[in-house]
Amino acid sequence: MARQSSRLESKKVNSELLTLTYGALVSQMLRDFENLEEVNKQLERIGYNMGVRLIEDFLSRTNSGRCLDMRETADKIQQAFKMYLNVQPTISNWAAATDEFSLIFDVNPLTEFVELPADVSNLRYSGILCGCIRGALEMVQLEVQCQFVQDQLKGDASTEIRVKFIRRLQDATPAGVLIITSFVDVHLLISRSVLLCLTLLANTYAAIIAQI
Amino acid sequence: MSSQRARTSILDKPLSRGKGEVSLSCFALLFSEVVQYSQSRVYTVPELQNRLHELGMDVGSRLIDLYFVREQNSKRETKLINMLLFVKTTLWKCLFGKEAEKLEHANDDDRTYYIIEKEPLVNKFISVPKDKGSLNCATFTAGLVEAVLTNCGFPCKVTAHWHKGTTYMVKFDDFVTNRDKQLGEK
Repeated sequence: MARQSSRLESKKVNSELLTLTYGALVSQMLRDFENLEEVNKQLERIGYNMGVRLIEDFLSRTNSGRCLDMRETADKIQQAFKMYLNVQPTISNWAAATDEFSLIFDVNPLTEFVELPADVSNLRYSGILCGCIRGALEMVQLEVQCQFVQDQLKGDASTEIRVKFIRRLQDATPAGVLIITSFVDVHLLISRSVLLCLTLLANTYAAIIAQI
Repeated sequence: MSSQRARTSILDKPLSRGKGEVSLSCFALLFSEVVQYSQSRVYTVPELQNRLHELGMDVGSRLIDLYFVREQNSKRETKLINMLLFVKTTLWKCLFGKEAEKLEHANDDDRTYYIIEKEPLVNKFISVPKDKGSLNCATFTAGLVEAVLTNCGFPCKVTAHWHKGTTYMVKFDDFVTNRDKQLGEK
Protein backbone atom coordinates (compact mmCIF):
# COMPACT_ATOMS: atom_id res chain seq x y z
CA MET A 1 0.00 0.00 0.00
CA ALA A 2 2.78 2.37 0.93
CA ARG A 3 4.49 1.67 -2.33
CA GLN A 4 1.34 2.41 -4.22
CA SER A 5 0.89 5.81 -2.64
CA SER A 6 4.51 6.83 -3.09
CA ARG A 7 4.15 6.12 -6.77
CA LEU A 8 1.00 8.15 -7.05
CA GLU A 9 2.23 11.13 -5.10
CA SER A 10 4.32 13.17 -7.40
CA LYS A 11 7.28 15.15 -6.19
CA LYS A 12 6.82 18.86 -5.87
CA VAL A 13 8.89 21.91 -6.63
CA ASN A 14 8.50 25.53 -5.71
CA SER A 15 6.02 27.16 -8.05
CA GLU A 16 8.10 30.32 -8.27
CA LEU A 17 10.89 28.40 -9.93
CA LEU A 18 8.45 27.35 -12.63
CA THR A 19 6.95 30.82 -12.93
CA LEU A 20 10.28 32.57 -13.28
CA THR A 21 11.80 29.99 -15.60
CA TYR A 22 8.78 30.28 -17.84
CA GLY A 23 8.99 34.06 -17.68
CA ALA A 24 12.65 33.96 -18.67
CA LEU A 25 11.77 31.73 -21.61
CA VAL A 26 9.00 34.01 -22.81
CA SER A 27 11.11 37.14 -22.59
CA GLN A 28 13.93 35.37 -24.40
CA MET A 29 11.49 34.44 -27.15
CA LEU A 30 10.32 38.02 -27.42
CA ARG A 31 13.93 39.00 -28.02
CA ASP A 32 14.48 36.17 -30.51
CA PHE A 33 11.43 36.75 -32.69
CA GLU A 34 10.29 40.09 -33.92
CA ASN A 35 6.83 38.83 -34.60
CA LEU A 36 4.41 38.37 -31.71
CA GLU A 37 2.38 35.83 -33.61
CA GLU A 38 5.49 33.71 -33.98
CA VAL A 39 6.02 33.80 -30.22
CA ASN A 40 2.41 32.79 -29.66
CA LYS A 41 2.87 29.90 -32.04
CA GLN A 42 6.08 28.73 -30.39
CA LEU A 43 4.55 28.87 -26.91
CA GLU A 44 1.61 26.82 -28.05
CA ARG A 45 3.96 24.30 -29.63
CA ILE A 46 6.03 24.02 -26.48
CA GLY A 47 2.85 23.36 -24.54
CA TYR A 48 1.82 20.78 -27.09
CA ASN A 49 5.13 18.95 -26.69
CA MET A 50 4.71 18.97 -22.93
CA GLY A 51 1.13 17.78 -23.11
CA VAL A 52 2.08 14.87 -25.35
CA ARG A 53 4.38 13.64 -22.62
CA LEU A 54 2.40 14.72 -19.57
CA ILE A 55 -0.54 12.53 -20.49
CA GLU A 56 1.60 9.43 -19.92
CA ASP A 57 2.51 10.68 -16.51
CA PHE A 58 -1.12 11.47 -15.76
CA LEU A 59 -2.43 8.10 -16.87
CA SER A 60 0.17 6.19 -14.93
CA ARG A 61 -0.45 8.13 -11.75
CA THR A 62 -4.22 8.16 -11.80
CA ASN A 63 -5.08 4.82 -13.40
CA SER A 64 -7.74 6.65 -15.36
CA GLY A 65 -9.93 4.71 -17.70
CA ARG A 66 -11.38 5.85 -20.96
CA CYS A 67 -13.68 8.88 -20.86
CA LEU A 68 -17.05 8.29 -22.41
CA ASP A 69 -18.12 11.89 -22.87
CA MET A 70 -16.73 15.40 -22.72
CA ARG A 71 -17.95 15.91 -19.16
CA GLU A 72 -15.67 13.17 -17.97
CA THR A 73 -12.83 14.58 -20.02
CA ALA A 74 -13.39 17.97 -18.47
CA ASP A 75 -13.20 16.45 -15.00
CA LYS A 76 -9.92 14.78 -15.87
CA ILE A 77 -8.50 18.02 -17.17
CA GLN A 78 -9.52 19.70 -13.95
CA GLN A 79 -7.85 16.93 -11.97
CA ALA A 80 -4.70 17.28 -14.05
CA PHE A 81 -4.48 21.00 -13.35
CA LYS A 82 -4.80 20.28 -9.65
CA MET A 83 -2.08 17.67 -9.90
CA TYR A 84 0.43 19.55 -11.98
CA LEU A 85 -0.10 23.23 -11.29
CA ASN A 86 -1.91 22.97 -7.99
CA VAL A 87 -4.79 25.13 -9.16
CA GLN A 88 -8.38 24.06 -9.54
CA PRO A 89 -10.15 25.62 -12.47
CA THR A 90 -13.94 25.67 -12.45
CA ILE A 91 -15.69 24.01 -15.33
CA SER A 92 -18.62 25.94 -16.69
CA ASN A 93 -20.35 27.51 -19.68
CA TRP A 94 -21.20 24.24 -21.33
CA ALA A 95 -22.48 24.56 -24.85
CA ALA A 96 -25.91 23.00 -25.44
CA ALA A 97 -24.38 20.13 -27.38
CA THR A 98 -21.92 19.48 -24.51
CA ASP A 99 -19.05 19.64 -26.94
CA GLU A 100 -17.60 22.87 -25.64
CA PHE A 101 -16.80 24.14 -22.16
CA SER A 102 -14.74 26.68 -20.29
CA LEU A 103 -12.06 26.29 -17.67
CA ILE A 104 -12.07 29.31 -15.40
CA PHE A 105 -9.06 30.11 -13.28
CA ASP A 106 -9.07 32.46 -10.30
CA VAL A 107 -5.32 32.32 -10.15
CA ASN A 108 -2.80 31.34 -12.73
CA PRO A 109 0.57 30.31 -11.29
CA LEU A 110 2.31 31.11 -14.58
CA THR A 111 1.47 34.77 -14.34
CA GLU A 112 2.28 35.39 -10.70
CA PHE A 113 4.91 38.08 -11.20
CA VAL A 114 3.84 39.11 -14.64
CA GLU A 115 2.64 42.37 -16.11
CA LEU A 116 2.23 42.71 -19.83
CA PRO A 117 3.73 45.88 -21.29
CA ALA A 118 1.35 47.75 -23.59
CA ASP A 119 3.33 46.97 -26.74
CA VAL A 120 2.94 43.22 -26.37
CA SER A 121 -0.72 43.24 -25.47
CA ASN A 122 -1.37 40.66 -28.19
CA LEU A 123 0.92 38.14 -26.59
CA ARG A 124 -0.85 35.03 -25.36
CA TYR A 125 1.42 34.71 -22.38
CA SER A 126 -0.05 31.50 -21.01
CA GLY A 127 -0.56 29.95 -24.43
CA ILE A 128 1.45 27.00 -23.19
CA LEU A 129 -1.60 25.86 -21.20
CA CYS A 130 -3.73 25.58 -24.33
CA GLY A 131 -0.95 23.68 -26.05
CA CYS A 132 -0.72 21.28 -23.12
CA ILE A 133 -4.43 20.49 -23.21
CA ARG A 134 -4.40 20.02 -26.96
CA GLY A 135 -1.30 17.82 -26.90
CA ALA A 136 -2.49 15.65 -24.05
CA LEU A 137 -5.95 15.10 -25.53
CA GLU A 138 -4.55 14.32 -28.94
CA MET A 139 -2.70 11.40 -27.41
CA VAL A 140 -6.01 9.97 -26.26
CA GLN A 141 -7.54 10.41 -29.69
CA LEU A 142 -9.42 13.61 -29.09
CA GLU A 143 -8.88 16.58 -31.29
CA VAL A 144 -9.87 19.79 -29.55
CA GLN A 145 -9.60 23.47 -30.15
CA CYS A 146 -8.36 25.41 -27.21
CA GLN A 147 -8.06 29.14 -26.73
CA PHE A 148 -8.12 31.97 -24.23
CA VAL A 149 -11.27 34.02 -24.14
CA GLN A 150 -10.42 35.98 -21.00
CA ASP A 151 -7.10 36.68 -19.37
CA GLN A 152 -6.38 38.40 -16.10
CA LEU A 153 -3.16 39.68 -17.61
CA LYS A 154 -5.22 41.69 -20.05
CA GLY A 155 -7.40 43.16 -17.33
CA ASP A 156 -10.23 40.63 -17.35
CA ALA A 157 -11.80 39.50 -14.11
CA SER A 158 -10.70 35.92 -14.50
CA THR A 159 -8.77 33.71 -16.86
CA GLU A 160 -10.89 31.55 -19.09
CA ILE A 161 -9.82 28.84 -21.49
CA ARG A 162 -12.40 27.58 -23.95
CA VAL A 163 -12.08 23.96 -25.00
CA LYS A 164 -14.03 22.78 -28.03
CA PHE A 165 -14.35 19.21 -29.17
CA ILE A 166 -13.58 18.85 -32.87
CA ARG A 167 -13.52 15.15 -33.58
CA ARG A 168 -12.47 11.77 -32.37
CA LEU A 169 -9.28 10.67 -34.06
CA GLN A 170 -10.00 7.22 -35.38
CA ASP A 171 -7.02 6.08 -37.28
CA ALA A 172 -4.07 6.29 -34.92
CA THR A 173 -0.73 6.25 -36.66
CA PRO A 174 1.09 2.97 -36.14
CA ALA A 175 4.45 3.45 -34.45
CA GLY A 176 6.54 2.27 -37.39
CA VAL A 177 5.13 4.86 -39.72
CA LEU A 178 6.00 7.83 -37.53
CA ILE A 179 9.28 8.34 -39.33
CA ILE A 180 7.59 8.85 -42.66
CA THR A 181 5.06 11.26 -41.23
CA SER A 182 7.76 13.38 -39.71
CA PHE A 183 9.47 13.39 -43.09
CA VAL A 184 6.61 15.07 -44.81
CA ASP A 185 6.13 17.12 -41.69
CA VAL A 186 2.54 16.27 -41.14
CA HIS A 187 1.69 16.48 -37.50
CA LEU A 188 -1.80 15.19 -37.56
CA LEU A 189 -2.69 11.75 -38.52
CA ILE A 190 -2.46 10.54 -42.04
CA SER A 191 -4.80 7.76 -42.93
CA ARG A 192 -3.24 4.42 -43.59
CA SER A 193 -4.08 4.35 -47.27
CA VAL A 194 -2.18 7.57 -47.90
CA LEU A 195 0.78 6.11 -46.10
CA LEU A 196 0.62 2.98 -48.16
CA CYS A 197 0.68 5.09 -51.31
CA LEU A 198 3.67 6.96 -49.95
CA THR A 199 5.56 3.78 -49.22
CA LEU A 200 4.68 2.43 -52.64
CA LEU A 201 5.85 5.61 -54.26
CA ALA A 202 9.09 5.51 -52.34
CA ASN A 203 9.60 1.90 -53.38
CA THR A 204 8.95 2.67 -57.04
CA TYR A 205 11.41 5.50 -56.86
CA ALA A 206 13.98 3.26 -55.29
CA ALA A 207 13.37 0.70 -58.03
CA ILE A 208 13.76 3.30 -60.76
CA ILE A 209 16.92 4.63 -59.23
CA ALA A 210 18.29 1.10 -58.98
CA GLN A 211 17.60 0.56 -62.68
CA ILE A 212 19.43 3.72 -63.64
CA MET B 1 -9.97 44.00 -26.30
CA SER B 2 -10.43 47.12 -24.26
CA SER B 3 -7.07 47.90 -22.79
CA GLN B 4 -8.48 50.88 -20.94
CA ARG B 5 -9.99 48.83 -18.15
CA ALA B 6 -8.55 49.57 -14.76
CA ARG B 7 -5.89 47.07 -13.82
CA THR B 8 -4.53 46.37 -10.44
CA SER B 9 -0.84 46.84 -10.55
CA ILE B 10 1.33 43.96 -9.49
CA LEU B 11 2.61 46.11 -6.63
CA ASP B 12 -0.88 46.54 -5.22
CA LYS B 13 -1.16 42.87 -4.54
CA PRO B 14 0.30 41.44 -1.36
CA LEU B 15 3.46 39.42 -1.75
CA SER B 16 2.69 35.73 -1.78
CA ARG B 17 4.29 33.62 0.91
CA GLY B 18 5.97 31.48 -1.67
CA LYS B 19 4.59 28.23 -0.43
CA GLY B 20 3.00 27.36 -3.75
CA GLU B 21 4.04 24.07 -5.23
CA VAL B 22 3.76 22.51 -8.62
CA SER B 23 4.53 19.04 -9.83
CA LEU B 24 8.13 18.17 -10.56
CA SER B 25 7.11 16.49 -13.83
CA CYS B 26 5.70 19.77 -14.96
CA PHE B 27 8.88 21.70 -14.22
CA ALA B 28 11.08 18.97 -15.67
CA LEU B 29 9.17 18.99 -18.94
CA LEU B 30 9.23 22.77 -19.10
CA PHE B 31 12.96 22.82 -18.49
CA SER B 32 13.45 20.18 -21.15
CA GLU B 33 11.55 22.39 -23.58
CA VAL B 34 13.69 25.35 -22.52
CA VAL B 35 16.81 23.36 -23.34
CA GLN B 36 15.41 22.15 -26.65
CA TYR B 37 14.31 25.62 -27.63
CA SER B 38 17.72 27.07 -26.76
CA GLN B 39 19.38 24.30 -28.70
CA SER B 40 17.31 25.03 -31.76
CA ARG B 41 18.73 28.55 -31.86
CA VAL B 42 22.42 27.69 -31.67
CA TYR B 43 25.01 25.36 -33.19
CA THR B 44 27.54 24.50 -30.49
CA VAL B 45 27.55 23.32 -26.89
CA PRO B 46 29.23 26.48 -25.49
CA GLU B 47 26.63 28.63 -27.23
CA LEU B 48 23.87 26.51 -25.76
CA GLN B 49 25.39 26.83 -22.29
CA ASN B 50 25.61 30.58 -22.76
CA ARG B 51 21.94 30.77 -23.55
CA LEU B 52 21.00 28.67 -20.53
CA HIS B 53 23.30 30.81 -18.43
CA GLU B 54 21.53 33.96 -19.60
CA LEU B 55 18.13 32.50 -18.87
CA GLY B 56 19.35 31.61 -15.40
CA MET B 57 20.55 35.17 -14.87
CA ASP B 58 17.14 36.44 -15.82
CA VAL B 59 15.60 34.28 -13.11
CA GLY B 60 18.28 35.06 -10.52
CA SER B 61 18.01 38.80 -10.82
CA ARG B 62 14.31 38.58 -10.02
CA LEU B 63 14.80 36.38 -7.00
CA ILE B 64 17.02 38.75 -5.02
CA ASP B 65 14.46 41.21 -3.77
CA LEU B 66 11.86 38.52 -3.39
CA TYR B 67 13.96 36.40 -1.06
CA PHE B 68 15.61 39.18 0.87
CA VAL B 69 12.25 40.74 1.63
CA ARG B 70 10.59 37.47 2.46
CA GLU B 71 13.32 35.52 4.21
CA GLN B 72 15.79 38.05 5.55
CA ASN B 73 13.55 40.82 6.74
CA SER B 74 14.69 43.07 3.89
CA LYS B 75 18.27 43.06 5.11
CA ARG B 76 20.97 42.55 2.53
CA GLU B 77 24.27 40.87 3.36
CA THR B 78 27.54 42.81 3.25
CA LYS B 79 29.98 40.09 4.26
CA LEU B 80 31.14 37.73 1.57
CA ILE B 81 30.83 34.58 3.64
CA ASN B 82 27.35 35.45 4.85
CA MET B 83 26.30 36.12 1.31
CA LEU B 84 27.61 32.76 0.17
CA LEU B 85 25.86 31.04 3.05
CA PHE B 86 22.66 32.80 2.08
CA VAL B 87 23.01 31.31 -1.39
CA LYS B 88 23.87 27.87 -0.12
CA THR B 89 21.10 27.64 2.45
CA THR B 90 18.23 30.07 2.00
CA LEU B 91 18.27 30.44 -1.76
CA TRP B 92 18.76 26.75 -2.41
CA LYS B 93 16.18 25.72 0.11
CA CYS B 94 13.51 28.06 -1.19
CA LEU B 95 14.14 27.19 -4.81
CA PHE B 96 15.00 23.52 -4.78
CA GLY B 97 13.61 22.39 -1.44
CA LYS B 98 16.99 21.46 0.05
CA GLU B 99 20.30 23.07 0.85
CA ALA B 100 23.27 22.68 -1.46
CA GLU B 101 25.50 19.89 -0.18
CA LYS B 102 28.73 21.75 0.31
CA LEU B 103 30.37 25.14 0.19
CA GLU B 104 34.14 25.04 -0.14
CA HIS B 105 36.92 27.56 -0.42
CA ALA B 106 39.67 26.83 -2.95
CA ASN B 107 43.04 26.16 -1.31
CA ASP B 108 45.16 27.90 -3.87
CA ASP B 109 43.01 30.91 -4.69
CA ASP B 110 41.12 32.93 -2.13
CA ARG B 111 38.85 34.41 -4.80
CA THR B 112 37.39 31.06 -5.71
CA TYR B 113 34.62 29.18 -3.94
CA TYR B 114 32.82 25.99 -4.84
CA ILE B 115 29.20 25.15 -4.26
CA ILE B 116 28.69 21.43 -4.64
CA GLU B 117 25.42 19.72 -5.35
CA LYS B 118 25.18 16.01 -5.87
CA GLU B 119 22.06 15.90 -7.92
CA PRO B 120 20.82 19.22 -9.23
CA LEU B 121 17.09 19.31 -9.79
CA VAL B 122 17.49 20.59 -13.31
CA ASN B 123 19.75 17.69 -14.30
CA LYS B 124 17.63 14.98 -12.78
CA PHE B 125 15.83 13.98 -15.94
CA ILE B 126 18.41 15.01 -18.48
CA SER B 127 20.67 12.47 -20.09
CA VAL B 128 23.51 14.10 -21.94
CA PRO B 129 24.16 12.68 -25.40
CA LYS B 130 27.64 11.23 -25.93
CA ASP B 131 28.66 13.80 -28.52
CA LYS B 132 27.82 16.61 -26.11
CA GLY B 133 29.70 15.21 -23.11
CA SER B 134 30.70 18.55 -21.69
CA LEU B 135 27.18 19.92 -21.63
CA ASN B 136 25.85 20.56 -18.16
CA CYS B 137 22.39 22.02 -18.07
CA ALA B 138 23.06 23.21 -14.54
CA THR B 139 24.68 26.23 -16.18
CA PHE B 140 21.16 27.52 -15.82
CA THR B 141 21.58 27.41 -12.05
CA ALA B 142 25.10 28.82 -12.39
CA GLY B 143 23.66 31.82 -14.20
CA LEU B 144 21.06 32.17 -11.51
CA VAL B 145 23.69 32.22 -8.75
CA GLU B 146 25.89 34.60 -10.72
CA ALA B 147 23.05 37.08 -11.09
CA VAL B 148 22.19 36.89 -7.39
CA LEU B 149 25.77 37.42 -6.23
CA THR B 150 26.67 40.05 -8.81
CA ASN B 151 23.56 42.11 -8.29
CA CYS B 152 24.09 42.00 -4.54
CA GLY B 153 27.43 43.74 -4.99
CA PHE B 154 29.70 40.71 -5.21
CA PRO B 155 30.60 40.61 -8.89
CA CYS B 156 31.71 37.16 -9.96
CA LYS B 157 31.66 34.56 -12.67
CA VAL B 158 29.92 31.27 -11.94
CA THR B 159 30.40 28.17 -14.03
CA ALA B 160 29.04 24.64 -13.69
CA HIS B 161 31.28 21.57 -13.90
CA TRP B 162 30.86 17.82 -13.68
CA HIS B 163 32.67 17.09 -10.47
CA LYS B 164 31.24 15.25 -7.44
CA GLY B 165 27.88 15.61 -9.11
CA THR B 166 27.79 19.20 -10.17
CA THR B 167 30.17 21.80 -8.83
CA TYR B 168 29.53 25.48 -9.30
CA MET B 169 32.78 27.40 -9.40
CA VAL B 170 32.32 30.93 -8.10
CA LYS B 171 35.16 33.26 -8.99
CA PHE B 172 34.91 36.72 -7.50
CA ASP B 173 36.45 39.89 -8.85
CA ASP B 174 39.61 40.98 -7.03
CA PHE B 175 38.15 43.89 -5.20
CA VAL B 176 35.45 41.76 -3.62
CA THR B 177 37.89 39.76 -1.54
CA ASN B 178 40.01 42.85 -0.80
CA ARG B 179 36.97 44.76 0.40
CA ASP B 180 35.94 41.83 2.52
CA LYS B 181 39.36 41.77 4.21
CA GLN B 182 39.12 45.49 4.96
CA LEU B 183 35.69 44.96 6.45
CA GLY B 184 37.13 42.22 8.61
CA GLU B 185 39.91 44.44 9.96
CA LYS B 186 37.57 47.10 11.26
